[in-house]
Amino acid sequence: MFSFYQTIAENWSDWWPRLSHAAWITIYVTALSFVVAFAIGLALEFMRTRSSVAIRLTAQIYILTLRGVPILVVLYLLYFALPGYGVIISALTAGVIGLGAVHGAFLAEVFRAGLRSVSPGQREAAQAVGLSPFQTFSLILFPQAIKIVLPPLLVGFISLLKDSAICALIAVPELMLAARAIMAETFLPMHVFVLVGVFYFGIAFPASLLVRALEKRLTRGSTNKSSLETGDILPVARLDGVGR
Amino acid sequence: MNYETIGPIAQALLAGVVVTVEVSIGALFIAVVWGGLLASLRFLYPSRMLDLAISTYVEIFRNIPTLTHLLIVYFGLAYFGVTLPSLAAAILALGLIGGAVMADVFRAGFQAVPIGQTEAALATGLPPLLTFRLVIFPQALRIILPPSGNYAVGLVKDTSLVAAISAPEIMFNARQIVNVSFQTGLVYGTAAMIYLALTFLLTALFYALERKAAY
Amino acid sequence: MNTAPILTVRNLKKSYGILDVLRDVSFDLHRGERLAILGPSGSGKSTCLRAINFLDPPTSGTITLEGELIGLHPNGKDHRSATRRKMTARELAPQRAEIGMVFQLFHLWPHLTARENVALQPRKVQRMSSSDANHLAEAMLKKVHLGHKLDEYPGRLSGGQQQRVAIARALAQKPKVLLFDEPTSALDPELVGEVLNVIQELADEGRSMVLVTHEIAFARRMADRVIFMDAGVIVEEGPAREVLANAKEPRLRKFLSTVSTQEAVQ
Ligand SMILES: Nc1ncnc2c1ncn2[C@@H]1O[C@H](COP(=O)(O)OP(=O)(O)O)[C@@H](O)[C@H]1O
Ligand SMILES: [Mg+2]
Repeated sequence: MFSFYQTIAENWSDWWPRLSHAAWITIYVTALSFVVAFAIGLALEFMRTRSSVAIRLTAQIYILTLRGVPILVVLYLLYFALPGYGVIISALTAGVIGLGAVHGAFLAEVFRAGLRSVSPGQREAAQAVGLSPFQTFSLILFPQAIKIVLPPLLVGFISLLKDSAICALIAVPELMLAARAIMAETFLPMHVFVLVGVFYFGIAFPASLLVRALEKRLTRGSTNKSSLETGDILPVARLDGVGR
Repeated sequence: MNYETIGPIAQALLAGVVVTVEVSIGALFIAVVWGGLLASLRFLYPSRMLDLAISTYVEIFRNIPTLTHLLIVYFGLAYFGVTLPSLAAAILALGLIGGAVMADVFRAGFQAVPIGQTEAALATGLPPLLTFRLVIFPQALRIILPPSGNYAVGLVKDTSLVAAISAPEIMFNARQIVNVSFQTGLVYGTAAMIYLALTFLLTALFYALERKAAY
Repeated sequence: MNTAPILTVRNLKKSYGILDVLRDVSFDLHRGERLAILGPSGSGKSTCLRAINFLDPPTSGTITLEGELIGLHPNGKDHRSATRRKMTARELAPQRAEIGMVFQLFHLWPHLTARENVALQPRKVQRMSSSDANHLAEAMLKKVHLGHKLDEYPGRLSGGQQQRVAIARALAQKPKVLLFDEPTSALDPELVGEVLNVIQELADEGRSMVLVTHEIAFARRMADRVIFMDAGVIVEEGPAREVLANAKEPRLRKFLSTVSTQEAVQ
């Protein structure tokens, strides 16, 4: 175990600049594609609420298709196949568009769930007390929907961060690619991949903790906390409607 | 379009499908058994130590990219002298990740069974293990079908990353055949269609299971 | 009723944190006796029943069934209950099997048919053969007038039918006492009668039972004895007709007048 850290320490001056530079690209790709995914997701959800069947169908087919294929295929099509049709884009652009396109399909579902969660009675009640449509949205609907949407949005961000590693396979110079390059030179895979893993974990884990905290605020109580080991049914969830 | 290359392309992609299905089934099996076991232990024998151990495992596997885990298992184990064939490494890595996912899925399923169910079982004198096996587990299975289906679909898509450790699945073979045929759009487009078909089939399968499990 | 009580409850106390839900509750149930427990919502009736089979282990106090201490290891010279070691759920199981419990919300197992719900305990706890357990289940379901619903899933039964299956499930345990926790409170008014009829039939068989209920008229008819609880203590206790006919305690009078108003409305 000691030699493990020692090896990392010895190579630090060589690895650190390369990995930290690549890490910034990972963050850059993740942030950019999240913006793309957010926009696509909103647009899709907007299309799905239109009255035109053609528009709704287009959105639905987009969502079903992009959710059914691996990101790698989308990246390969964008980066390797598009040039055959005269469209040449950089690996980074392909990565951002590909990740954004796929995750947009997922975010569309998140937005749908969020908007559906606010009951129609809320809008009616707001209008009944005389709020304008904008006030209705900003004071009543949005604050309720965002609470529902925030945790899954964050989950989407975490999986986007993890999926950004796939961009290494079309040679976007992000973290996994840098790690593979270092591995190829040194053949110290454990060291460099563990380092890289720590980086991803360092962002994704706190984010998942945040998700859990947010979800807990949404759904309190009502879980089966009974302990079968001791004789006790912990006094948490009493379903007979008393004792809450 | 060059029709002479169609035959080899189809052949290569079909061979890839076989491997993709193999990896998917292998990893799914590990994920369900391992994840189910961890979650059951955690539910039946609540203890701080066990909780800590299992959540550490789950968090490590859920918060690091699949590709990183694949490369660690494949190259990292080789560094320690354990050389796994790429297929086995793929199944192991995806199975371990899936175990973390399914452990959470099972846990949520167990917790979603209303506490009255447990109480009624204990009140009739069923001991805890039987209560778990006969009352909680069967109901949880039904609850976890939809998230398990989502996981399985994600798994099939993730098998494409196994190309990175040269397991001859769909994407690896697609890349190989592109290198000689240069039919880039056709090959990757077909690969996309194959994945779509696989994931649709899987979705339909889980939908049928859900209908069958309804009571 | 000169024989030794079948069930004794002594100095039962239960607190949730700073909330004292049961404050020293003691009573006996004699063999073949029908005891009704009345009291306003939140007075601790459910907690008391659930303490008897240790679904909610009491903070202190003892329960015995035919002289056997429930939920606690009777070892040690010290007879103060606080020092006795609690049983694990596994150790409790055989004791719980002797106590039938019917819940307000039925808690039937939705993945099993009516017959399977009733046969599960005999098969797994009493270790009967499948066919014996099934026969017993059929007999018990016929007893609650559900011989025609043997293979229905609970989701397809009405509330009253579900509660009767739950009663059959408790009967199949061959329990020494039956505990009912407001068995008709979750039912639509028109379904209450069929469940009360079944309970009356069981009472007529001379079973030992404790019934928590808000159905005053039924309690008067069925019960030998009534306990009135309020705020975690027994406020009044005595023969059913006596206690319910000329209530002395103001809290009981108030309770009776509210409940009978509700009954009149329904
Ligand atoms: N698990 C629990 N945790 C905290 N308080 C509880 C719990 N169960 C019951 N209580 C409280 O104990 C009191 C008595 O509850 P209960 O026995 O259900 O009353 P009853 O059945 O007479 O309506 C109530 O005030 C209730 O809020
Ligand atoms: Mg109650």
